Amino acid sequence: MTAEPAVATIEGTRVEYLDVTRVFGATRALDGFTLQIEPGELLALLGPSGCGKTTALRLLAGFDQLSSGQLLIDGRDVSRQPVNKRDMGMVFQSYSLFPTMSARDNVGFGLRLRGASTSDRRRRAGELLELVGLSAHTEKYPHQMSGGQQQRVALARALAIQPRVLLLDEPLSALDAKVRTQLRDEIRRIQLELGVTTVFVTHDQEEALSMADRVGVMRAGQLEQCDAPSVLYQRPATPFVAEFVGTMNHLPGVVRDGSTVQVGDQSVPADGQVPLSGTAVSVLARPEAVLVEASVEGDAVVQVATFFGAVTRLRMLRSDGVELLADVSSHRAGELAPGTRVAVSLVDRPVLVRTPSS
Amino acid sequence: MTTTRRRWRIPGGRVRLGWLGLAPFAAYLAVFFVLPSVLVLFSAFRRVDPDTGVHSFTLQNWSDSLHGAYLKGLENSIQLAAVTAVISAVLGLVLAYAISTSRRPFFKQLVSTSSAVLANFGGLPLAFLFVAVLGSAGVLTSTVQSLFGLSLQDDLHFSLFSIRGVELVYLYFLIPLMVLVITPALEGIRPQWREAAENLGATGWQYWRWVAAPVLLPNVLGSTVLLFCGSLSAFATASALTNGTLAIVPLQIDTAVSGNVLVGQENLAAALALNMIVIVVPLTLIYQLLQKRTTTWLR
Ligand SMILES: Nc1ncnc2c1ncn2[C@@H]1O[C@H](COP(=O)(O)OP(=O)(O)OP(=O)(O)O)[C@@H](O)[C@H]1O
Ligand SMILES: [Mg+2]
Repeated sequence: MTAEPAVATIEGTRVEYLDVTRVFGATRALDGFTLQIEPGELLALLGPSGCGKTTALRLLAGFDQLSSGQLLIDGRDVSRQPVNKRDMGMVFQSYSLFPTMSARDNVGFGLRLRGASTSDRRRRAGELLELVGLSAHTEKYPHQMSGGQQQRVALARALAIQPRVLLLDEPLSALDAKVRTQLRDEIRRIQLELGVTTVFVTHDQEEALSMADRVGVMRAGQLEQCDAPSVLYQRPATPFVAEFVGTMNHLPGVVRDGSTVQVGDQSVPADGQVPLSGTAVSVLARPEAVLVEASVEGDAVVQVATFFGAVTRLRMLRSDGVELLADVSSHRAGELAPGTRVAVSLVDRPVLVRTPSS
Repeated sequence: MTTTRRRWRIPGGRVRLGWLGLAPFAAYLAVFFVLPSVLVLFSAFRRVDPDTGVHSFTLQNWSDSLHGAYLKGLENSIQLAAVTAVISAVLGLVLAYAISTSRRPFFKQLVSTSSAVLANFGGLPLAFLFVAVLGSAGVLTSTVQSLFGLSLQDDLHFSLFSIRGVELVYLYFLIPLMVLVITPALEGIRPQWREAAENLGATGWQYWRWVAAPVLLPNVLGSTVLLFCGSLSAFATASALTNGTLAIVPLQIDTAVSGNVLVGQENLAAALALNMIVIVVPLTLIYQLLQKRTTTWLR
C-alpha cells in the first residue's frame, strides 16, 4: 500500500561553487572553493573549526557576498540575488524560532509571506509538523519545547517554503547524544522522502559519514576531497583527509619496488602513487586492518583496551616506540588484556603510503 | 530509618530558608508601602473637628481633591506624565536601538554609562543646570536673543518655569531611563531571528512587523508605564524649578502637608496621595504582567 506523500516532493536543484573566494580582512574564509552538488543529494561539509563551512553555507543562503568566483544554482549565477528572494531553507544551530509564534505559526511564516490563505497555511503547517513528528505540539510556543523539538520545528519551517536547497548549519550540535542520532536519522528520512538537495554542515565526522550521500572535507577554505563516505574512508585522497576521517595508524616503512612496501618483516602491496624504491615512507593503516595475536615472542605490548560494544580498541606500544591502534572482536578482549605481549601485522590489502613530508 | 529522616529534613529546611530570604523584602514592603498606604487611606476619609478634636468619617476631602484647583492639578499631572513618558519612550527606544546595533564598543559604553548617571540626575542640581541654560538669563536664552533677536518667553512662548519647561527637564532623565530599561530587551533580539525571517522571504519591514515588534511591544509598553509612574510622582525637580508653584499633584501634596495654614489640610493631602496610589498601583500590576511576558520570550 502506498500512501499519498503528505508533502509534495521538491524538484532537486543543482548547486555549483566555482573557484569561490571570500575574504574577511586578512582571513581567507574560502579560498578557491569549488564544489558541485547534485540534484537531490545530501552533501555534508565536514572540517575542523574555522575551515569555512559556515561561510560556504551563508554564501549559498545569500547572507554573505562572494569576494570572487561564481555561485550557480541550476546553472544561474545567484550572486546578485538577495536573501529573501533565494528560496533557500535554512536551519540554524539553535534559538532561531520566532518566540512569539506557536510551532504552527513559525512553520506557516514563510507561507504567510507568500500570501497563502490562513486555512491553507494551517493545513500545510500541520502536514509539515506531522512529517517531523510533532502533530501533538502544534500550538506550543518555542519556550515550551525541548531543544530537539525546536529543531524539528525549524526543519519544518525551512521545508514549508519548498526550498530549492535545504541548508543545515550544525543543527544538532546543541542537542544531547541520543536526540542527536534520532534526529539525524529523521532528517535523512525526510530528505530522501522529499528529494530536496541538502547541504549539511558539521564537524562531527560520524554524523557526516552516516547521513550523507557524499561528504566534502574542507581545510583552510578549500575542498580537500568530496566523495561517498565509504570512498572517503577507504581511499582518502590526501593525508589530511586520512587523518581527519576515521582513525589512522602511521607505521614506518620502506618502498621495495613500484608496488610493495616493507613494514617491519612484512611486505604489503601499496596503493595509489608510490615513491621510488628505497624511500622511507609512512604506511597508513586503519585500526581494523591491524591484526593482533597474543604471542610471547611478539614485539608489542597492549597498553589500553577500550570496549566499544562489538569491537574493542587496543592501544599497543611496539618495542621501537611506535604506538598502534587495533580494533578486535570484543570476544577476544579477554586474551588480549592490557599487559599482554602481542605480535602485530597488517591485513594483506593495499595500503596508502606517504612520504613523511607530504 | 536514616533515609526517611533525611527526606523529611531537607524539604523542611528549604522552605524555612526560602521564607527567610523573602523576609527583609516583606518587612520593607510592609513598613514603606503597606503601612503608609493604610494610613493614607484612613486619613483621607477622616475629619477632625477643629473645636472638639473629635474624629469622624467624611467624603469631603476626597471630593475636594477631585474639584477645582486640585482637579486641575490632577489633569496637569497626568498630562505631564503621559507626554513625557511617550516622548521619552520613543526617543529612548530609537537611541537604545542605535546603540545596540552599533559596532563601536566605545560608543556603547559611553551611552550606557551616561544613561545610568543621567537617569539618576534630578532635583535641585538638575533644576539649577536648566536655569543656567534656559532660564531668563540662561546661556541659550541670551544666545538666541542676541543671534536671532528672539525672546524665548515672548516670541517662542516658552518658559522653563511652566509645565512645558518642566516637561523638557523631565525628558532629561526619563530618556536615559528608557535607554536603561529597554536595552536588555533589544540585546535579547537574536540576530538569527532576522536571518531566519529573511531566509523565509521577509523584507526588512516584514521582519520588524511580524517578528521584532511583537517581541518588543510588551517591553516597550511596560517601560512606558514605568516612565509614566516615575514622571507622575517626580517631585524635587519640579519643586526646585517652579518654587513649588506648579499646579501638579506632588507639589499640591507638599503644600498641603507643610503649609500648616489650616487644620485638616493633612487629610486633604492624604486624599490627594490616595488618588496617586489609585493610578499607580494598577499600572504597576500591568507593568509586572508585561514584564513577565517579555522574560518568557527572551529567555
Ligand atoms: N563575519 C566575519 N568576519 C570576520 N571573519 C570571519 C567572519 N565570518 C567568518 N570569519 C572567519 O572565516 C573563517 C571561517 O569561518 P567559518 O565560520 O566559515 O568556519 P566554520 O568552518 O563554520 O567553523 P566552525 O566549525 O567553528 O563553525 C574563520 O577564520 C572565521 O574567523
Ligand atoms: Mg560554523
